[in-house]
Amino acid sequence: MSRQETQGSNKKWIVLFVPLVLFVVLVVFLLKGLGKDPTHLESVLIDKPVPEFTAQDLFDPTQQHSEQVLKKGPLLFNVWATWCPTCRAEHEFLNELAAQGIPIVGLNYKDDSRGKAMDWLNTLGDPYTVNLYDPEGKVAFEFGVYGAPETYFIDAEGRVRYRHVGDVNPRNWENQLKGIYQQMVKEAKQ
Amino acid sequence: MRTFTSTVISALALLATLFSLYAVGQASIREHAFETEAQRELYQTLIQELRCPKCQNQNIADSNAPLSADMRDRTYTMVMEGKSRKQIIDYMVARYGNFVHYRPPFNWYTSVLWWGPLLIIVIGVGVAWAMSRKRKQPLALSEEEQERLKQLRKPDHD
Repeated sequence: MSRQETQGSNKKWIVLFVPLVLFVVLVVFLLKGLGKDPTHLESVLIDKPVPEFTAQDLFDPTQQHSEQVLKKGPLLFNVWATWCPTCRAEHEFLNELAAQGIPIVGLNYKDDSRGKAMDWLNTLGDPYTVNLYDPEGKVAFEFGVYGAPETYFIDAEGRVRYRHVGDVNPRNWENQLKGIYQQMVKEAKQ
Repeated sequence: MRTFTSTVISALALLATLFSLYAVGQASIREHAFETEAQRELYQTLIQELRCPKCQNQNIADSNAPLSADMRDRTYTMVMEGKSRKQIIDYMVARYGNFVHYRPPFNWYTSVLWWGPLLIIVIGVGVAWAMSRKRKQPLALSEEEQERLKQLRKPDHD
């Protein structure tokens, strides 16, 4: 075989492999999508300051809170409701986190009644440093809340650093969330 | 006779069920009053175009999710306040992200969505053209090869 012929057949081989390479790229791309949770939405607020709002205190209707309560971070901002079973599931662990000294601000989101929410905290324990009451979901709307529970990680400068959708439990706390919180604490000390 | 009566009864029952379903469907959409036709139109287009964040693929007009109801109410309030289409969409996107709008904006991340199909057509047409051109080329054999071909064609070749 002459040199030219060898080059020609090499070129042919490369051309034949193009569809295979494209196929592999497509498979990798689609496999990556397969492992993704389609219900998980990225928050738009990441690295942005907490939005402005006013909300009544859950226990004391005469007391008004604003976004200032979230600017005393690093802290967690937890959205919950009594109609939400997953909130019930994570409540025990929130109590534990609060006992460890982690400040958690609670937002009672579109609950059936103020009384029901108060009962819940009185019986199950109150992990929250401040309890905001949001019967119409107005505060939650500002945060782009699309379900409960959601937990926002807010740093010392009052910026949203992370949004966790679903329950906070010992496993995801150890694996991921604790690290995010500790990072915020570390930055606050600097 | 008996079968005829029972058929009529079951047909009536079916009709009644359908009507009640229709009534339920109507009741789930809260009526909003508008001052002008333009407001109604703007509201209608917006709720068709805005996507429910809680659902996988439904606009807020079709979705029964409480969040969709909240978003419809917010859209209505903003329309009545005289906000423009763009203002309302920006407001929703600022809270729920680009997910919330069925028409993604054109930027670096979405460019592949807009140009991808065109690119694939161009590549396809290109490949087809290149292949058809190649096929048209006549066989160019060297003298050596001609000779070999002749040999191969001989019926009693061994």
